[in-house]
Amino acid sequence: MVRSKFLASLIFSLVIIALSVAWMPVPDASAADPNTFNRLMKPPSKRNPPPTQDGIHDPGSIGTQGLQTPREAFKPLPQGQSGNYVDWVKAFDAKKIQPRFDSKDPKAKPVIMDLTIVRQVKGSMPDVIFPHKQHTEWLDCSNCHPVPFVPQKGANQMSMASIMLGESCGVCHGKVAFPVADCRRCHTEAKGKATKTSAKAAAKPAVSKKK
Amino acid sequence: MALTLCKRIMVLGLTIVSLVLLTQNVSHAEYGDVVMNKYSDDSGIRPVVFPHWFHRIRFRCKVCHADLGFKFKAGGNDINMLKIIDGEYCGACHNGDIAWSVENCDLCHSAKPKTPTQVHESTLQKLIRPAGAPK
Ligand code: HEC
Ligand code: HEC
Ligand code: HEC
Ligand code: HEC
Ligand code: HEC
Ligand code: HEC
Repeated sequence: MVRSKFLASLIFSLVIIALSVAWMPVPDASAADPNTFNRLMKPPSKRNPPPTQDGIHDPGSIGTQGLQTPREAFKPLPQGQSGNYVDWVKAFDAKKIQPRFDSKDPKAKPVIMDLTIVRQVKGSMPDVIFPHKQHTEWLDCSNCHPVPFVPQKGANQMSMASIMLGESCGVCHGKVAFPVADCRRCHTEAKGKATKTSAKAAAKPAVSKKK
Repeated sequence: MALTLCKRIMVLGLTIVSLVLLTQNVSHAEYGDVVMNKYSDDSGIRPVVFPHWFHRIRFRCKVCHADLGFKFKAGGNDINMLKIIDGEYCGACHNGDIAWSVENCDLCHSAKPKTPTQVHESTLQKLIRPAGAPK
């Protein structure tokens, strides 16, 4: 019973894969040099393209032509390694940008919370340090608590796989905040440096998972 | 028990891969650009492109995602023009007071027709194709 169900769903997925491969656009071999230097990676010259060339804006619309080009806006900002290729944390700290905290009042000031949480990581990767400071500079507590994180050290299950699928830290990282490619911005603390409290915290998830 | 879980995960994995294959739409738009096309195509107007990079230079995430109630989900907010002219969502700022007002249709409705609702350059979009490789 279970087995046939499994087979049926397996076949279903395989059929979908076959269909989607068949539907995938076939590259036009005659159109371009097959041996371009970067075959899969987007070369630096193609980063932050103007709206008229970015593939989603309609180049024929007057509106599109009136929009700002990211490159122009990013010129005065510190460079990042991926995403927008802007280091938004440095840009903010150096006051190169002064994003409003309130839509109307340019002087409204946020409440910043400086609490860091160490998450011990399985395997060779350095531990993850989650800083509340940089997050509360941009976000409200309600953006993270209680969804996607219960506000209790170690009470949340996290893994790289779920982050890549857009859960946990991946709700923002990989969509708007710096992407997963910047491993070392999250995996910052060398193994073994973590304090005793965080070791306890790492042992907790098994208990709270039942909920 | 462990085996069936394993199988379930496998099927789920395959389904995700195939969905990604089916829905992939190659472009090299700016990271974080959101296309909104829940109603636009059906109403005969270009879909909307919302540029995160442009707005985050001017506002913290909290202004939109806490004060104005935008949920973290492309297409998840059921935005339409009536709500906008009544001062909700984009209309909280695009009212001729904080930012230019709604009569500038083409500045928001600037996407190629038929572009589906999505967040550009997201990790999910890139899983099978590194860094938004050129077509
Ligand atoms: C970007 C997401 C994010 C934001 C915004 C955020 N938090 Fe957290 N918070 C977390 C994460 C992640 C943890 C750790 C949870 C874990 O280890 O499982 C945490 C943990 C906590 C804890 C538990 C600390 C402990 O020692 O057990 C408290 C309390 C807390 N947050 C309060 C706040 C408050 C107050 C704010 C607003 C000023 C806030 N958080 C904003 C993500 C966030
Ligand atoms: C609600 C959105 C959100 C969530 C969820 C979130 N972040 Fe962030 N994070 C941001 C934003 C916005 C920034 C500012 C930098 C940027 O946008 O690139 C940031 C910055 C950071 C920084 C600072 C990097 C630096 O250069 O100082 C670290 C580290 C970080 N996040 C780790 C995490 C981890 C680990 C998690 C999951 C436990 C997480 N974040 C979850 C939005 C989020
Ligand atoms: C947004 C922050 C963030 C970024 C960026 C990030 N990681 Fe992680 N990583 C985490 C968190 C959180 C965990 C889970 C820690 C825990 O178990 O509590 C984790 C766990 C891991 C693990 C342990 C296995 C697992 O899934 O729990 C590995 C290996 C790993 N990451 C590798 C990487 C690599 C390689 C990169 C760069 C391509 C990367 N990470 C980028 C936050 C991040
Ligand atoms: C000016 C308003 C505004 C600001 C500021 C803003 N956002 Fe958004 N955000 C939006 C809109 C609009 C959407 C799309 C909602 C829709 O399609 O219904 C969105 C969608 C998102 C999504 C969902 C993507 C998905 O998975 O579908 C994430 C994550 C997100 N924003 C994160 C952020 C972060 C992090 C910041 C701060 C660095 C930020 N936003 C700043 C308006 C804003
Ligand atoms: C928190 C306030 C706020 C919200 C909410 C907001 N905007 Fe804006 N937006 C601005 C400001 C300020 C500008 C700059 C106006 C100017 O140039 O005078 C702007 C400019 C823009 C631009 C032009 C960018 C360029 O290249 O010049 C577009 C497109 C845009 N907004 C679309 C949207 C859409 C679509 C939404 C709703 C999903 C939205 N905005 C919601 C404040 C906001
Ligand atoms: C500030 C940005 C913005 C401006 C300016 C704007 N719109 Fe929209 N409009 C949106 C958004 C966001 C949606 C929802 C898109 C979707 O999900 O399809 C929308 C949806 C629509 C829809 C379909 C849904 C509905 O309400 O019927 C129509 C038609 C429409 N707009 C027409 C217009 C016209 C005509 C103008 C100029 C007078 C205009 N819009 C100006 C942001 C804008």
